[in-house]
Amino acid sequence: MNDSLHLWLIPLFPFAGFLLNGVLGSRLPKWLVTTIALLTPLWSFAIVLSAARGLLGFGATLPSLPFVETCPVGWIDAGALHIGFSFVLDQLSLVMLLVVTGVGLLIHIYSVGYMAHEDGYWRFFSYMNLFMFFMTVLVLAGNALVMFIGWEGVGLASYLLIGFYFQKNSAADAGKKAFIVNRIGDFGFLIGIFLLLANFGTLTFSEIAAKLAAAPAWQGGVLTVIALCLLVGATGKSAQLPLYVWLPDAMEGPTPVSALIHAATMVTAGVYMIARTHAIFDRSPFALGIVAIVGAATALFAATIGLVQNDIKRVLAYSTISQLGYMFLACGVAAYSAAIFHLMTHAFFKALLFLAAGSVIHALGGEQDLRKMGGLRKKIPVTFWTMTAAVFAIAGFFPFAGFFSKDAILYAAFLQGPGGKIFWFAGVVTALLTSFYMFRLWYLTFLGESRSHDVHPHESPWSMLAPLSILALLSIGGGWIGMGRFGTFLAPVVGTSASESGSTQLEILLSIVAVAVALLGWLIADRLYRQRPESAGNLAAAMPAGYKLLINKYFVDEIYGYTVVKPLLAISQYVLEWVVDVAILGGATWLLAGTAQFAGAILQRWQSGNLRSYAAWLTLGAAVVLLFFLLPATLGMHVSGMGR
Amino acid sequence: MTYLNESILTVILLAPLAGAALIAILPDRGKLPAWIGLLTTLVTLGLTLHLPAHFVLSQHGFQFETSRLWIENPAIYYHVGVDGLSLWLVVLAGLLAPIGIVASWNAIHQRRKIFYALFLVQQTAMLGVFLSLDLMLYYGFWELSLVPMAILIAMYGRKDGSKAALKFFLFTFIPSAPLLVAILWLYANTGTFNFADLQILIASGGLPAGPLCWVAIAFLFAFAVKVPVFPLHGWLADTFSEAPVALAMVVAGKLGLYSMLRFHVGLFPVQARALAPWLVALAVIGLLYGACLALVQRDFWRLLAFAALSHLSLITLGIYGLTFTGWDGAIYQILNHGVVDGSLFLLLGILEARYGTSQIACYGGLAAKVPQTATLFVITSLAMIGLPMLNGFVGEFLILSSTFTGVNRGWAVAATVGVILGAAYMLWLVQRLFYGPQSPLAADKPASDLRLGELLILWPLVALMLGMGVAPSIWLPTIENRTGPPTLKGSITLPQPSLSLAASGEGQQ
Repeated sequence: MNDSLHLWLIPLFPFAGFLLNGVLGSRLPKWLVTTIALLTPLWSFAIVLSAARGLLGFGATLPSLPFVETCPVGWIDAGALHIGFSFVLDQLSLVMLLVVTGVGLLIHIYSVGYMAHEDGYWRFFSYMNLFMFFMTVLVLAGNALVMFIGWEGVGLASYLLIGFYFQKNSAADAGKKAFIVNRIGDFGFLIGIFLLLANFGTLTFSEIAAKLAAAPAWQGGVLTVIALCLLVGATGKSAQLPLYVWLPDAMEGPTPVSALIHAATMVTAGVYMIARTHAIFDRSPFALGIVAIVGAATALFAATIGLVQNDIKRVLAYSTISQLGYMFLACGVAAYSAAIFHLMTHAFFKALLFLAAGSVIHALGGEQDLRKMGGLRKKIPVTFWTMTAAVFAIAGFFPFAGFFSKDAILYAAFLQGPGGKIFWFAGVVTALLTSFYMFRLWYLTFLGESRSHDVHPHESPWSMLAPLSILALLSIGGGWIGMGRFGTFLAPVVGTSASESGSTQLEILLSIVAVAVALLGWLIADRLYRQRPESAGNLAAAMPAGYKLLINKYFVDEIYGYTVVKPLLAISQYVLEWVVDVAILGGATWLLAGTAQFAGAILQRWQSGNLRSYAAWLTLGAAVVLLFFLLPATLGMHVSGMGR
Repeated sequence: MTYLNESILTVILLAPLAGAALIAILPDRGKLPAWIGLLTTLVTLGLTLHLPAHFVLSQHGFQFETSRLWIENPAIYYHVGVDGLSLWLVVLAGLLAPIGIVASWNAIHQRRKIFYALFLVQQTAMLGVFLSLDLMLYYGFWELSLVPMAILIAMYGRKDGSKAALKFFLFTFIPSAPLLVAILWLYANTGTFNFADLQILIASGGLPAGPLCWVAIAFLFAFAVKVPVFPLHGWLADTFSEAPVALAMVVAGKLGLYSMLRFHVGLFPVQARALAPWLVALAVIGLLYGACLALVQRDFWRLLAFAALSHLSLITLGIYGLTFTGWDGAIYQILNHGVVDGSLFLLLGILEARYGTSQIACYGGLAAKVPQTATLFVITSLAMIGLPMLNGFVGEFLILSSTFTGVNRGWAVAATVGVILGAAYMLWLVQRLFYGPQSPLAADKPASDLRLGELLILWPLVALMLGMGVAPSIWLPTIENRTGPPTLKGSITLPQPSLSLAASGEGQQ
């Protein structure tokens, strides 16, 4: 019916871009590299837009959803296992695709200016295209294993881009850490896939949902286990407790990478995956409860660390972890459309925050330390105003985008019985902290006096400012779609949440509380960083233990190092290698060798070092063996006699 | 074409021998033996490609079969044939040989004549192991494959060749003796060395159960050492760090794993089933043990040896899970391991030849200097750690998922931990070799990236990794057309979604 729609083209274009720039990039002129790198995601975006146009009723033909596309040749067909390449376009994947290709395209454009003077310009764009390829595969996947392709693939792109400055040890370390920590999550995802296979006999999302629908009484039990395994995968990719540790380090990558992969798109894959498999989560209140607890705890935990960070990108990294926590909280209270709504608005304002931070860093010639910034408002006004829009959006001020989506999550949480009130409270406290640390960043960067005199800030080129401006408009207006309309649109895929039971008055009351809290955060930041700039230091000095705990990020990296990494290496080295391999197994071998030497003096000649005799003995030995089995059958009978 | 179909296996077996004879006759001048070796192996590779091209998918059983009486008493036949199990392994052996020659091109400076002649003999022996359908013929090739290996390790060892060769000898020759006794016992009791006849006779239950059990163990022991299966891996690390690259890349895995499939589980399904739980356990332990040891190695050959132990254990797990899909995965993973390890051996061999050391700590920051090497190394590492769309993932997924659904969930989960450890040791190796600031060693040497010949062999390998990852359907149908043991015929059925989940032991409301 919709013959013109070819889903496979959406990932194909970026893949072609990756191949072209990856193989030939070093020999191509820069303008051609840029053209390839920008045109390929542009085409993908155009295909997505045309599909969206039809869906939203602007086009002549309306594809009926879900629109499924399956490759005629299967992928893994072995025994009873049949797994094919299948893509699905439905309301959920459409929203994700719009965000991924749209924001992705803007960030590609921004990168042209940002990366203009870097070595390995072609390499950068080839990896970025590779990321777009895997991310669109992840989003379009019609079964769990195709999703896993994208899932691991975006991890690879992330690894390559975090380690883009591979000559820096810190960058190489961070890339490796990201990959390995993600692999811990993927371990959970894989076990979940095995369980799906064992219990459903299929990995196709629609078939799993159909089988669940056919068994309405099936609750908990193995479904809880599956949901928790998938959650482990999601916490890895989406940097939630306890696997969030890779994301702050991932800031070693170039800033556009942080914006695209580590804020707007890849890290939201866990949220997307839970929404995609919500039929399973819905059957396990326990697993949903865990999702909500993980989300709320992460939101609060990361926000507290964000309060004291001095690196502008690290503040944003912890805020990303915290905002992803909101999305998990939304999933945990089965408000999937609210989660996706926040995912979308967050993509707008967080991409903007990172890109604006990149513009600041660009202006200051690479400086990332907030303590050395200040007074930039007049020097880089476009960056200042666009970032201001993003700060207001993330803090949740009406009528910026973040207000609507965060409000929808807090409202849905509040309605979830007594436990929901606790989640709501955690969310509100997080909102307070968020507002505070974002305005802290805002004051330290743009207001006051410049704290670094030897730099001459300059505004960024238009290729960087144009994406900033578009994202600023989206951060201001992106929420006006409204939760109601957004939820209705997604309802065919993720269902409607329970929030209908509430009242408009309650929702307005909760919104007022949220905005009041955001305002409070701003006022505190204003007092500490504008009115009395010295008081922040005094506050830290007054609470040395707490400050030390926060500035060292609760020592989580150190704890993991001493409880997991070091013991694993020590046990491998001292117990497994030295005791088991060298002493026990090696000892047994040489005992055997000693016996053999004792049995025959021949072996003495072996160690004479005379290679010629050595070779001769070996050949002779083999010849004896060959002769031995060419002897008449009587020998065979004789041996068989022994055998009996 | 019919005539060629009948004699193709013999031609494949004789081609390397002919090359070896030619090298032996001609003088040892310059690179002449190497050139003859390269040509011979390329011709052999071309010949092996005849097999998949003319393999009839609809026909069950052995194909390209030839059987001639060789020795009347005892009745030893020259009996060779190919089925889905051995088909691609023959091609793999054909593919690895020219890679081995390229890897030796600049590494072998002296006595090239002996080296390449023995290398080709070893090639025939390997092919013979895959092709033989007569147990005595098989044993001859099996033994023949060990001799050139031991000699070459002793002659061309890097530091302490004789010690490694002695270790190799002890580990591989000694278990062959019980294997021979077991084969002779079978002959004495059945009067045949023919594989298919023996399979039927053993299955019919006419043989005494007690001795048969020991015979099966003798078979298994010889194979388990050759794979190697934990804890019989003592020879592996020394052989990897001493043997010339060309031999190290073929010494482990394939022969032993194939033999397990064909001659242990294939001949003794009942006995294998009884031992399977133990082998599954040893495989998972070996998988994790190898991965942990790979984490702490300082020499990249030793790291590769323990990584190989880990990967070969995964294949062993697939074999002794005794599921149809697990076998698919195991055979596929043998091919993957050959391709990936071949590429890694070649790349590390190139690094060692140019920088003169296999100590990882001496390296660092090479990516800026030799970008092609770094790129190929990273892609190969990703294939090794099972990144989807590259070949490693397909085999790994088939083995792990079939173990989980059809064998034992606990062992499957434990084996899946290897996914994390594998990424850890490989990416750490990549970082220590290629990333970070340049080490003094890397900075001092002039940059010399891959040569044309090396690129010509490595890029096709990488293309193969991608092709085998994206389109396993090219290989799997032929692999499934194998003559499995009677108990493994047909496919296992995955459990249907039911509300009773007795197997898992998890609560169900």
